[in-house]
Amino acid sequence: MKILLPALSPTMETGNLVKWLVKEGDDVLSGDILAEIETDKATMELESPDDGKIEKILVKEGSENISVNTEIALLSVEGEEIEEKIEKPIESSTSVIPNGADTNIEENNISMDSLLKEQSDSLETKNWSEKEITMREALNQAIEEEMILDKDVFLLGEEVAEYDGAYKVTQGLLDKFGSKRVLDTPISEHGFTGLAIGAAMSGLKPICEFMTFNFSMQAIDQIVNSAAKSLYMSGGEINVPIVFRGPNGAAARVGAQHSQCFISWFSHIPGLLVVAPSNARDAKGLLKSSIRNPNPVVFLEHELLYKEKTNVPEENDFLIPIGKANLIKEGSDITIIGFSMSVQRILNALPSIEKLGIKPDIIDLRSIKPLDEDLVYKSVKKTNRVVIVEDGWGNTSFGSHLSYLIQSNCFDYLDSEIIKVSGKDVPMPYAENLEKLALPNTDEIISAVKKVSYTN
Amino acid sequence: MNKKISNSFSNEQLLKFYEKMFLIRKFEEKAAQLYGAGKIGGFCHLYIGQEAVVIGILSSINSEDTVITAYRDHGHILARGVDPKSVMSELTGRKDGISKGKGGSMHMFSKANRFYGGHGIVGAQVPLGVGIGFAHKYRNEKKISRVYLGDGAMSNGQVFEAFNLASLWELPVLFIIENNKYGMGTSIGRSAAGNELFERATVFGIKGEKVDGMNFFTVSDAAIRAREYINNNSKPYIIEMDTYRFRGHSMSDPGLYRTKDEVNKMKEIDPVLMMKESLLKEYKFEEDTIKDIESDIKKQIKDVEKFSLDSPLPDIKELFTEVYL
Repeated sequence: MKILLPALSPTMETGNLVKWLVKEGDDVLSGDILAEIETDKATMELESPDDGKIEKILVKEGSENISVNTEIALLSVEGEEIEEKIEKPIESSTSVIPNGADTNIEENNISMDSLLKEQSDSLETKNWSEKEITMREALNQAIEEEMILDKDVFLLGEEVAEYDGAYKVTQGLLDKFGSKRVLDTPISEHGFTGLAIGAAMSGLKPICEFMTFNFSMQAIDQIVNSAAKSLYMSGGEINVPIVFRGPNGAAARVGAQHSQCFISWFSHIPGLLVVAPSNARDAKGLLKSSIRNPNPVVFLEHELLYKEKTNVPEENDFLIPIGKANLIKEGSDITIIGFSMSVQRILNALPSIEKLGIKPDIIDLRSIKPLDEDLVYKSVKKTNRVVIVEDGWGNTSFGSHLSYLIQSNCFDYLDSEIIKVSGKDVPMPYAENLEKLALPNTDEIISAVKKVSYTN
Repeated sequence: MNKKISNSFSNEQLLKFYEKMFLIRKFEEKAAQLYGAGKIGGFCHLYIGQEAVVIGILSSINSEDTVITAYRDHGHILARGVDPKSVMSELTGRKDGISKGKGGSMHMFSKANRFYGGHGIVGAQVPLGVGIGFAHKYRNEKKISRVYLGDGAMSNGQVFEAFNLASLWELPVLFIIENNKYGMGTSIGRSAAGNELFERATVFGIKGEKVDGMNFFTVSDAAIRAREYINNNSKPYIIEMDTYRFRGHSMSDPGLYRTKDEVNKMKEIDPVLMMKESLLKEYKFEEDTIKDIESDIKKQIKDVEKFSLDSPLPDIKELFTEVYL
């Protein structure tokens, strides 16, 4: 057997043979130290790969810059002829890794497209029997209906059971389903999120509530490294059908640690779906789709919207597909894009915008990932002007990415710069006046609309 | 030698256990060689020295029981009966790897063999494993979730959250600490305050013990005791395995944090050699019987090596598949 100079670190290309610790004729056992090798990082010990006798030493100690895989000694192993050299490696992986223009691979995720198509069948085409309820009630209905339909669905989180939910979204569910399926957890986000993901890996369908998404940061490793990546790194073997849900964004005067939007964080991660409804109807349809989805879904609610009412279908087969935006107002002059709470802010500014004689397309994205690019580009190609409104910080934000996508896909159609109205780049202040200033407001939206419309 | 066997294995079973231990040892030696030759990239954490732990536990396992571990996972997935060819092909990053070459050394899974990985973040597998135990209980399955963790993970916060949840919700989980004395280069004495590691779980009401993890028979005894306890009490249990890794933390570890004398002294209680000695002396197996097993494994490893080098790289289309289902 030929002993080759091994690579002793992921980056080592050459090494120095500092010292031989054996001589020709020595008997060695597998794992015995044969030599000291200096690598790019440290001095390492070279261990014998097998039991045998050192037949010949081919590289003297003190030799420097020996290439990895150089023969440095011969080892005779019982019952083995001295081997032929290990055959040449098959082409190195670097030569076939696609580099941009050289590849035919579509950058779009194919499976995400098919996911959109599959779900478009269940679009809202039916005549539903509807009732006006709050988003809080709509979310509660969605969970209840799905728990009735599928015994693998269970709910866990802080105060979700006996307390009826910190925001009453889970009210009454403990009574209906019992403590086996509605579980109060200790204040251990890292632990119970990991537990929920493990249960999902074994095929259950947990709904993991964060009392607010601020606390999801305690569990961010489990969400990113365990939930999002397992399907890919297991080659498709392990999927994680889980919904992480709870209120996200700034509520009212709860200060810096309890007021922030995580849309940009989660939408950055391949493997996660990200949903953020703005109204009760969408909340119900989207939460039901999220619970049925075989992927991890981050479902971002907003505390200030919990009490808002819309008409919501009562049937249990009402679904809104993930990845479909909603054109909530059709116009011709400008496309204004929002999601979750920022839709409300856009609607607040609408009367003033209309007074200016400007007729906007207003798009509620509903899903952040996958993003309904078709609807957005169709609108932009019609209106040629765009304003994006997001509550989160504008620095490296989802809105920045959306603006990039629009300029890259609709470049020839744009008649103006794209303006993004974001949260200010500060931790959320407590004082009422400062908090208002930190969030996107009506005046900012109106002046952005004026600017891209070249209107005074 | 300690031989307080609470379960008497047949000759055939004993040979099978030795065969598995020897397979892991030879597999890992080959992996070290292939890493040195540049055929295996990135991180590669070898199991050499700890074989008695995984096979001792295996001797008590119901085939339906589930297993989860951290990144030192080659021995674990082999013990679960996954084809060594698909494991080695994962290490070489090829199409026929158990994760199609997309996971690597630390990320291997097999639902069919009830093996749930293969996790690269220290401690993260512990809540996940408790969640698998939760699923067993939720479905009224008579299964135990076996959750391995290292001595390093025993100072990681989420592990204690997981102990609390497992005990609070009375989940069928066996925690197995593989205490090999070093979390990478930091010795246990420099990282863990207090007494024995397993005692950190007992404060949550989890019963446990510390055993000699270099000896197949002591491990097996403890594993059987643990299984009976969990089945009879529907509560978690913890075993701390006193073990040692003979190689570095990963392949690029110069090992300056421990002396050669220390390593050599531990090699005197090499778990594979001790098992062999026991089979020859106490169980009176013929030398040739053992030799035949060993030469079969050596032959098998050659095939494994060839297969893992002949297998093609993954198709470039694989780059974008399996991000979403």
